[in-house]
Amino acid sequence: MTTSRTGAARGARGTYCGHCGGPCVPWTDGGGNADDGGTAAPSPAHRQCLSSLQWEPPRFCVQCGRRLKVQVTPLGWRAECSRHGPTTAP
Amino acid sequence: MTIHATDHAILDTARRQVLDQGIGLAEEQLVDVLSLPDDALPAALDLAHQVRLKHCGEDVEVEGIVSIKTGGCPEDCHFCSQSGLFDSPVRGVWLDIPELVKAAKETAATGATEFCIVAAVRGPDIKLMNQVRFAINRIRQEVDINIACSLGMLTQEQVDQLAGWGVHRYNHNLETARSFFPQVVTTHTYEERLATCAMVKDAGMELCCGALIGMGETLGQRAELAAQLAALDPHEVPLNFLNPRPGTPLEHQEIMDGKDALRAIVAFRLAMPRTVLRYAGGRELALGDLGTREGLLGGINAVIVGNYLTTLGRPATADLNLLVELNMPIKELQKTL
Repeated sequence: MTTSRTGAARGARGTYCGHCGGPCVPWTDGGGNADDGGTAAPSPAHRQCLSSLQWEPPRFCVQCGRRLKVQVTPLGWRAECSRHGPTTAP
Repeated sequence: MTIHATDHAILDTARRQVLDQGIGLAEEQLVDVLSLPDDALPAALDLAHQVRLKHCGEDVEVEGIVSIKTGGCPEDCHFCSQSGLFDSPVRGVWLDIPELVKAAKETAATGATEFCIVAAVRGPDIKLMNQVRFAINRIRQEVDINIACSLGMLTQEQVDQLAGWGVHRYNHNLETARSFFPQVVTTHTYEERLATCAMVKDAGMELCCGALIGMGETLGQRAELAAQLAALDPHEVPLNFLNPRPGTPLEHQEIMDGKDALRAIVAFRLAMPRTVLRYAGGRELALGDLGTREGLLGGINAVIVGNYLTTLGRPATADLNLLVELNMPIKELQKTL
């Protein structure tokens, strides 16, 4: 087991993936559970991205897919989209 | 655990040579350590831990690091997401001085005694040196912590400036073995790195000179690196494990096997019995929680607490709680009398 950082994982949820910047298209898992872009599991294409985001901050805006300016500090991180403003580690 | 004479000859040799006499293993001996079978690993870790306790003491040095200038680096270190030559998602950003002071305060609050200011540059220009000078002054006014820097390759004048400003330790990594270096970096040479390391030591600053393993080097090259670091006799060696970054030439390199990572920790400790050997980037991926614990009981005597420059580390509390659990005291800030 590995102690994980889950703070950045939410960066994978949204219209765009916070890790790779690719689109998070709506999907269902066959059981009627849809990726609502915020609370459901990520689409299959971005599961690895979600895993990666345990150990890194988001690099892309989940609302528009633009690359973020990101500052990591010893105990946190802060990201900023030129269109949608700042996000900080929870 | 008792080390038996029947285990492996190299461990018996290491016990006599390193533990008893304090003489680090040579390159060819380190190959034997790195080639130990899995069943010999617990004994090897135990020996490395005994070496660390005898020659370094029980304290663990805790450090925080922060990037003052991220991204846009002109160098092509193939492992680095901050190179401006690769299609990496990392964008250029500067940290202002109030935020830097805040980061230093947060780091000190964890019990850390070291705070390292890092910049992704070939070497510092006047603007960066000026920013660093102001940052050092402001941190000194508000935070009780040792300040280290990592600003790339330096001129003699810059070395003298940093020493004069009270920077007590300077980080400049060799990263990999001389024989493997041209496959990892083409925009500067191994000799240029060695030149900065030599100037730092000559100026009286502590040299922090690290390694990044798991980039595709052979075991022989891993041993070569440990021996080359030992020859430099740095005060500290941060040991990084490759975390393959998107967009870099090494993005598809496999994450290092945990047992190989532990063998490397043992080898580096047995090569440098008196050096501060610090857990640095990538340990979360290569070792996980269990491996982190084994490494602290296998030669490691320092940690980077919290996050790294562009990636996240274990929560600071996880490492600090582990040190408490292992009954390992955090090194206190040394004051000059």
